[in-house]
Amino acid sequence: MTVLLEPLRHAWRTPRGRAGALVLLVIATVVIFSPPFLPDPLAQPDPIGGASLAPSITHPFGTDQLSRDVLSRVAVGGRVSLVVAVIAVGLSLTLGALVGLVAGYWGGVVDAALMRVVDAALAVPRLFLLLLVLAMSERVPVWALVLLIGATGWFGTSRIVRAEVLRLREESYVRASEALGASPRRVIFRHLLPNTLGPLLVAATLGVGDVILLEAGLSFLGLGIQPPAPSWGGMILDAREVLVTAPWAGLFPGVAIVLTVLSANLIGDAVRDAVDPRGA
Amino acid sequence: MRRWLLHRTAQATVTLAIALLLIFFLMRLAPGDPLARLSEDRPLTPAQIEALRARFGLDRPVGAQFVSFVGGLAHGDLGTSIQYGRPVTALVSERIPATLLLGGTVLLLNFTVGVWLGVRQAVRRGGAADTTLTLLSLSAYATPSFWLGLVLAWLVGVKWHLLPAAGMEDPLLDPGAGWVAHAADVGRHLVLPALTLSIVSIAGTMRYQRSAMLEVLRLPYIVTAEAKGLPTRAVIWQHAWRNAFFPVLTLFGLWLPLLVTGSVFVESVFAWPGLGSLAVGAVGYRDYPLLMGTSLLAAAVVVTASLVSDLAYACLDPRVRFS
Amino acid sequence: MTRVLEVENLRVSFPDAGGRRFRPVDGVTFTLDRGETMALVGESGCGKSLTSLALLRLIPPPGRVEPGSSIRLGGTDVLGLEGEALRQIRGRRIGMIFQDPMTSLNPVFTVGDQIGEGIRAHFPVSRAEARERSLRLLQEVGIPDPGSRLDAYPHQLSGGMRQRVMIAIALAAEPEILVADEPTTALDVTVQAQILEVLDRLRSSRGMAVLLITHDLGIVAGRADRVAVMYAGQIVEEAPTARLFANPSHPYTQGLFASVPRIRGPAHRLTPIPGSVPSPTAWPSGCRFRPRCPKAFDKCEVEPSLLPAEPEHRTRCWLAEGSR
Repeated sequence: MTVLLEPLRHAWRTPRGRAGALVLLVIATVVIFSPPFLPDPLAQPDPIGGASLAPSITHPFGTDQLSRDVLSRVAVGGRVSLVVAVIAVGLSLTLGALVGLVAGYWGGVVDAALMRVVDAALAVPRLFLLLLVLAMSERVPVWALVLLIGATGWFGTSRIVRAEVLRLREESYVRASEALGASPRRVIFRHLLPNTLGPLLVAATLGVGDVILLEAGLSFLGLGIQPPAPSWGGMILDAREVLVTAPWAGLFPGVAIVLTVLSANLIGDAVRDAVDPRGA
Repeated sequence: MRRWLLHRTAQATVTLAIALLLIFFLMRLAPGDPLARLSEDRPLTPAQIEALRARFGLDRPVGAQFVSFVGGLAHGDLGTSIQYGRPVTALVSERIPATLLLGGTVLLLNFTVGVWLGVRQAVRRGGAADTTLTLLSLSAYATPSFWLGLVLAWLVGVKWHLLPAAGMEDPLLDPGAGWVAHAADVGRHLVLPALTLSIVSIAGTMRYQRSAMLEVLRLPYIVTAEAKGLPTRAVIWQHAWRNAFFPVLTLFGLWLPLLVTGSVFVESVFAWPGLGSLAVGAVGYRDYPLLMGTSLLAAAVVVTASLVSDLAYACLDPRVRFS
Repeated sequence: MTRVLEVENLRVSFPDAGGRRFRPVDGVTFTLDRGETMALVGESGCGKSLTSLALLRLIPPPGRVEPGSSIRLGGTDVLGLEGEALRQIRGRRIGMIFQDPMTSLNPVFTVGDQIGEGIRAHFPVSRAEARERSLRLLQEVGIPDPGSRLDAYPHQLSGGMRQRVMIAIALAAEPEILVADEPTTALDVTVQAQILEVLDRLRSSRGMAVLLITHDLGIVAGRADRVAVMYAGQIVEEAPTARLFANPSHPYTQGLFASVPRIRGPAHRLTPIPGSVPSPTAWPSGCRFRPRCPKAFDKCEVEPSLLPAEPEHRTRCWLAEGSR
C-alpha cells in the first residue's frame, strides 16, 4: 500500500499536485453534495418565459433553451462523468495490468501474439473503436458504456506494465525468488505487481482525464450518455443550437470539463514526477 | 539497415491486417441492425428490406462476409455506402484533400510553432514565459476540441464576424473568380478549424519538446560546445535541439491518433468536408461500410506515420544508421 | 616567464536545499606561466573541476562566481566579460578538455564537423580550409589515418581516440592555455600514458600553458612543473613537483603520499587518512583538515592562510610557521 501512498504524498507536496488535488476535491464535493439543493436538472419549469435566461442569482449559470437550470445540470452531469471515468479507468488498468504481466512474464509466443494485438488496437484511434461498436446500437445503457470505454483503454497500460515486468525480471531479487522455487503466481503477485503500481498510478490519474474527454466527445456525438440525463458533452451538443442566444448553456459545461481534466492531469504529472523523476 | 526496414514494414503490415480484423468483427458483432436507420427515414416493406440485406450481403454468415470484404479490399473496393449508395472508396477519395489540408496545416504548425515554443521554454526555464506557457499548455491539453471549436466559432465567426465558421468554401463566391480568390477563400475558412486543432495539439508537442530539451541541455557535450566559444544560438539549435528532436519524432507516432480523433470533432463542428465529418455522418446513418472504410483509413494513417517516424529516426541518428 | 593566467581569491557558490549558499570553491589563488604545466590535485568534492569551469565562466546556474574573485587572462578580466567578448575567450584563449569523451562529444555530428566548427567560430575560413586544418589537428594528436576519421561519428571510435579528438577540438582555435579536467580518468591505463604524452608534446610545440586537473598523483610526477593540492575548496599546498614529492609539508599531502604504494624502496604499510572528506555544504571551522589531521593542535582552530614553508613552496598549515 505504501507503494501507492508514497507517490501521492509526494505529489501533494508539489504546488502543481496540490492545486490539482484541491480543485478536484472542490469539483467532487460540488458534484456529490450540491444536487439536493439545486433544482431538478430534468425539470422544464417554464419552457416559454424561462428559457435561455442569462446567469443570475436564481440561476447562477443561467438556463438553457428548455428552461432547465444549467448549474444543476452541470453538477448532476458531473456525477455521471466522474463515476464513468473512475470505473472505466479501473477496468482499463486491471485489464492492462493483467495482460502486461502475462505477456512480460511468459514471453515467447504468448507475448508476441498479445503485443501484436495491442499494436493493432493502438493503431485504430480509440474513438473509432467506440464508434464502430456504438454506431449500430440504439441507446446504450450507462453500464455498457462504461464497460466499452474501459475495454478500449487498456492497450497502452499493458505495454507499460510489460516493459516494467521485463525490466524487473532481471533484478536479482526476482531471480533469487525463482531460484528458490517460488511459483509463478507468487513471483507475479508478490514481486512484480507491487513494483508496477507506480506506473499504474500514473496511468490511472492521467487516464481519468482522457476518459472524461472521451465520454464528453461521445455524448457530443449523441453516442454517450443519452438524454434527457444530463452530461457535459450532451449539454454542449444542445447548446449548439443556441450558441448565439444563450452561450452560457455551452460555456459552463465546457469550463467544467477543462477544470476537471486539468486538475486530474496536474495530479497525474505530479505523481509521475514522484514515480519516475527524470526530466521536468 | 535495409533488413531492419523490411522487418519493420512487415510488422506494420501485420499490425494493419490485425486492425482490419478488429475493425470488421467489432462492427459486425456489435448488437444492432445496420439497416434499422434506413427504415426510419422512409417506411420499407419487408421485401425491400430483404432485397437490401441481400445486396449488402448481410444475409450471409459473418465469416463469409469477412472473406468477401477482404476480397473486395484486394481490388481496392471498400464496399458501398448505405447512406449515399456510392462506393466507399469514391466517397473517401473525394474527402481526402480537405482532411489533408487541415491535417497538414496543423502538423506544420506543430512542428514549427510547437517545437520552437518548447525549445524557448526549456532554454529560459523557470522564467515568466515558461511558467505561463506551461499553464496554458496544460489547460489547452484539458480542453475538448469540439468545445473550443464552438467557442472560437461563436466569438470569431459570429460575434466579431471576422472569419467564416463553417464549410470550406463560400458558396456565394463567383466560380470564375480565379484561383487566387478561391485559394484565399479556402484559406479564410481554414483558419478557425486549424486554429482549434492546433491549440489542442501544440499543447502536447510543446510539453514533449520542452522536457526532451531539458534532458539534453544537462548533457556534457553541451558544455563542450559552449567551451568552444560557439554562439548561443548554435549551441541551442545545432547541438541541443538536434538531439532533443528525436523523442519528439518518436512520440509523433504515438500522438497522431489524438490528432485524427481531434479532427473528427473539429471537422464536425466546422462542417469541414473531410473524412472526419464523413465518419460522423456515417455513425448517424449506421453506414457500416463507410464507417469501416474510414476507420481502416485512420488505422492506416497511424501505422504509416509511425513507420515513417521510425524511419526518419533511423536515418537521422548516426548511432542507428551506422551500427 | 610570461604570466598568462592569474587567479585570485576565486570563490564559487551554490544554493543548498534551503536556499542558503555554500562555497565548493572557497578562495583559490594561483598563477600560470607560459609553457608550464601545473597540476591541480585533489579528491572528488574538493572543488577542482568547478575551479576549471570558472575559468571559462561555465559554472552552471544556479551556481555563480562570488564577487571578490578575480580571474585575469593576460590583461583581461575574464569575470567582467559578457556576450561576444566572452565568446572570444572560450576556445580561442583557453581550450578545455573534459573527463568523459563519450558523453562530451555530440553523437550526431562527425568528428570533422565538431573540430571544424571550433575553428570557424574564431577564424573566418571556408569549410574546405577548416577541414584541412581539422585534418592536420588529427594528425597532430596522433590519430592514424586521419582522413577517414574526419567523417566518423564519436561512437565509431575507441575511448583513446575520442579523447584525442577532444584534444584536437580544444586546440582548434589555437588557445594559449589548455585546461585538462581529468583527461585520463575514463581511459584504460595503457591509453592514459599515450594521452599524457600527446598533451606534453603539444604543450612544448605550441608553447601553451597547461592546467592539469586530476585526483591521481601518479600521473603528476614527471609531467607537471608545479603542483597545487586542493582540499575542501582551497589550495592547501603548492610547490614545484620535485619538491612536493620530496618534501610534502601539509599533513593532507603527506597523508596522500602515505596511502599510495611505492614500487621502489622498502615496502611500507598503507595508511589511509582517517575520516572522510567534508561536505561542501558544511566546511569545518578553522583549518578544514583539522578533524582528520594527526598533527592538529590548538592554533588549528583558526583557519590558516597559505604560508611559505620554503621559497616557492607554500602550505596552508600553522606548522609551516615553525619550520622557518
